[in-house]
Amino acid sequence: MDSSLFFGLSSIAYILAMICYIAYLVFRTQTIGLIATIITVFGFVSHTLAFSLRWKEFADIGGMGFMRAVPLTNLYESLIFFVWCIILGYLIIEWKYKNRSFGAFITPIAGMIMAFIDVSGISKDIHPLIPALQSNWLLAHVTMSFLAYAGFAISFATAIMYLALSADEKQRASWPYLFWTISFGLFSAILIAMAFDFISFKIIGRGAESFIKNYLFKASFRNASGVIVALSYAALAAFVFLVWRFGYVVKRAISAFSLDADTLDELTYKCIAIGFPVFTLGGLIFGAIWADQAWGRYWSWDPKETWSLITWFVYAFFLHARHMRGWRGDKIAAVAVIGFISTIFTYLGVNLLLSGLHSYGGL
Amino acid sequence: MLKETDVAENSSQKLSIVDRIWSGLASIKLAVIVFALISLTSIVGTLLEQKGDPEKNLKVVAKFVGTSAAPKAFALLDGLGFTDMYHAWWFIGLLYLFAANIIVCSLERLPNVWKLVRQPIQALSQDRIATMPFRREIMVKGNGDETIAAVESALRKEGFRAVRAESDGVVQFFAEQGRYSRLGVYMTHLSIIIIFVGAIVGMKYGFNAHLNLLEGTTSAVAYFGEGKEIPLGFELRCDDFNVDFYNKSDTPKSFKSRLTVLENGQPVLINGKETHEIEVNRPLRYKGVTFYQSSYGFAPNRDSLFKFLMTGKNGKNEASSLKFGESFTIPGTSVMGTVADFSPAIAVDESNRLFTYAESMNNPAVFVEFSEQGKLKYRQWILKRVPETWVLPDGTVEFQDLWGAQYTGLQVRKDPGVGIVYAGCFIMALGLYIAFFMSHARIWIILRGERGNARLIITGSSSKNRIAFEGKIERLAQALSAKDSA
Repeated sequence: MDSSLFFGLSSIAYILAMICYIAYLVFRTQTIGLIATIITVFGFVSHTLAFSLRWKEFADIGGMGFMRAVPLTNLYESLIFFVWCIILGYLIIEWKYKNRSFGAFITPIAGMIMAFIDVSGISKDIHPLIPALQSNWLLAHVTMSFLAYAGFAISFATAIMYLALSADEKQRASWPYLFWTISFGLFSAILIAMAFDFISFKIIGRGAESFIKNYLFKASFRNASGVIVALSYAALAAFVFLVWRFGYVVKRAISAFSLDADTLDELTYKCIAIGFPVFTLGGLIFGAIWADQAWGRYWSWDPKETWSLITWFVYAFFLHARHMRGWRGDKIAAVAVIGFISTIFTYLGVNLLLSGLHSYGGL
Repeated sequence: MLKETDVAENSSQKLSIVDRIWSGLASIKLAVIVFALISLTSIVGTLLEQKGDPEKNLKVVAKFVGTSAAPKAFALLDGLGFTDMYHAWWFIGLLYLFAANIIVCSLERLPNVWKLVRQPIQALSQDRIATMPFRREIMVKGNGDETIAAVESALRKEGFRAVRAESDGVVQFFAEQGRYSRLGVYMTHLSIIIIFVGAIVGMKYGFNAHLNLLEGTTSAVAYFGEGKEIPLGFELRCDDFNVDFYNKSDTPKSFKSRLTVLENGQPVLINGKETHEIEVNRPLRYKGVTFYQSSYGFAPNRDSLFKFLMTGKNGKNEASSLKFGESFTIPGTSVMGTVADFSPAIAVDESNRLFTYAESMNNPAVFVEFSEQGKLKYRQWILKRVPETWVLPDGTVEFQDLWGAQYTGLQVRKDPGVGIVYAGCFIMALGLYIAFFMSHARIWIILRGERGNARLIITGSSSKNRIAFEGKIERLAQALSAKDSA
């Protein structure tokens, strides 16, 4: 039994679930909704199984004890786990709020990331742990960080949805409308640019290891040809403009989710209220203790640490603004969006663009 | 008289300056500015390599401002301390401001919260009952001790121990949970200050240094900065250093140093042992100084010793250590081996030629010439990691190590503040748990008799998670109504 088989099954399940959730939004048939949930649960179980199998494979190959062999040592494995956390979070929300509409938003992200991992083919290599990662803190530090990231990711989705729902599309110059269309437009555009990188990379067919580090935005913003760079930026601007101009289409789609603004506001807060303490404990405190034992410095202003601190500040601000100043609605949703941008940079940007001690940089 | 008013005025003026500073430090605006400044300057700090190569940083700057403006921009950033910004006076100043802000903000709010925490729940007045934002009213059959018992047991089921008060024929039950949870936020704030104190103690009374120690050598000092010495107060000897690899790959599995602590030239027992093996994530601690495995290197010299374990055909073992060019004998024979060549990392290329592929001991090999009575018999490359190469016509020769050729790179740290930091972390975890996962919930139930039945008003408030709390009140109301129908 191979872990990749089950990873494949769960990717297919998430994509099928996405189709069902969208069909559910269109037809409003309870049966379709139920099928969507069943498929998602199936995908999640298969995903969990795959993760456990990979864990075991890892432990067998590394021969370093089970608790230390958590397969979370490179970017691909971490992406897989990130998806697992998001799906877990989503299933909890579906169960607690008895609302399936959110699934049409979450399952495509999960399916896309899984498909990307599967097609790129790198996840099958298991690299044994380098000495610095051989620690009991790896498990606690990394899993808790990703649970928190997943919470922040969901809060980002709900905050964007909140802004799209509440902002008046007739007042396109109002800041909430500008804010959500621009941030959502940029976010989607970057994902699309990465898809282009991926396609061009497949065509050229270079070594898979060099993909992320050397190929990111090479097909667009970092292309050798100045014309393509200029065109990419023009396309980016045009795309953001389109989102801004036709934001009401997105708004209508979200209205179809039958989620009211208050629920979204509440969900944004809940996800952060869980993510923040988990991030503080697992990401910052456990990270500091581990660094202290491995390198003799509990805090060394390494780029990853510094960005974690920035993210922590943004969410601390979110909580204080809400509790002390009573911020609700647009303003607080905007802070949640900024928080997730900072989170994404902590998770991916630091590894891809900056250097430091954290191992995901060395793909 | 006149003088007295003068003094009063004077002191009130002085107070107002202190007041102004105080209220400035207590303001949310300052907190936001400090948060933003720390974050924004930190971003610059993560883009520029700290204490890094100026050439490299110049390239980074050029990406943002263009090649022509880069030297000036870099000189400006360098002058402002951005190339070592986390130790720059203004950044440390920002951190102090952040700490002062937390302290003052907490002190501003603590007295009120403390009053709340010290004051147990009391019966509600009639006016307050009417203005409570969330209430449920139900009618229950019967109006005696039975009903009172039912209310108390329903509250107990939800985890509340109720107090009962009676006045003018109206019974009031009130209960609360998690009164102290209101302090969770302040615990978290306190923990940040404690961590700051720990960091300051560490910087003031500790050091962070490094030490490269060749196998077989001893040092009484560590080094920091550009070769400045720090006395350890004892001596440290490196007995051995080794890298283990995963199977046949070049992926290191562990870096291990064997260390001995010496005082007045005599080995010291730590935990009953003379020598200690350290590796990454497993440091050695002695007299407040901790040694971390951080790097290693290869520096062969004339005194480096080749270590062999020879086994003759008769099964006899013999170990031998020798310098380059010296000879050993295979036990039970008169065959002599002489080390003629060495490679720290040997490999074979496509055309079957040997070459050295790394400058560290990834795959060490010795070339040994064997002779009998002065006549060359055979010669062979013996690889440390490949047992097949140890086999010879006259026995086996295992190449164990080239000792005295590798040095271990140690991070040497003394930090008396680290215990304080850990305590701060623990308090932070506890404070966050209390702040986020506990709440102060208060419930009042007012029971009024009406013609043999009882009218119950259930009301309450919670410091957070209002929805879950309202669910709780709903459950209470349902439990009591169910009692009624039963």
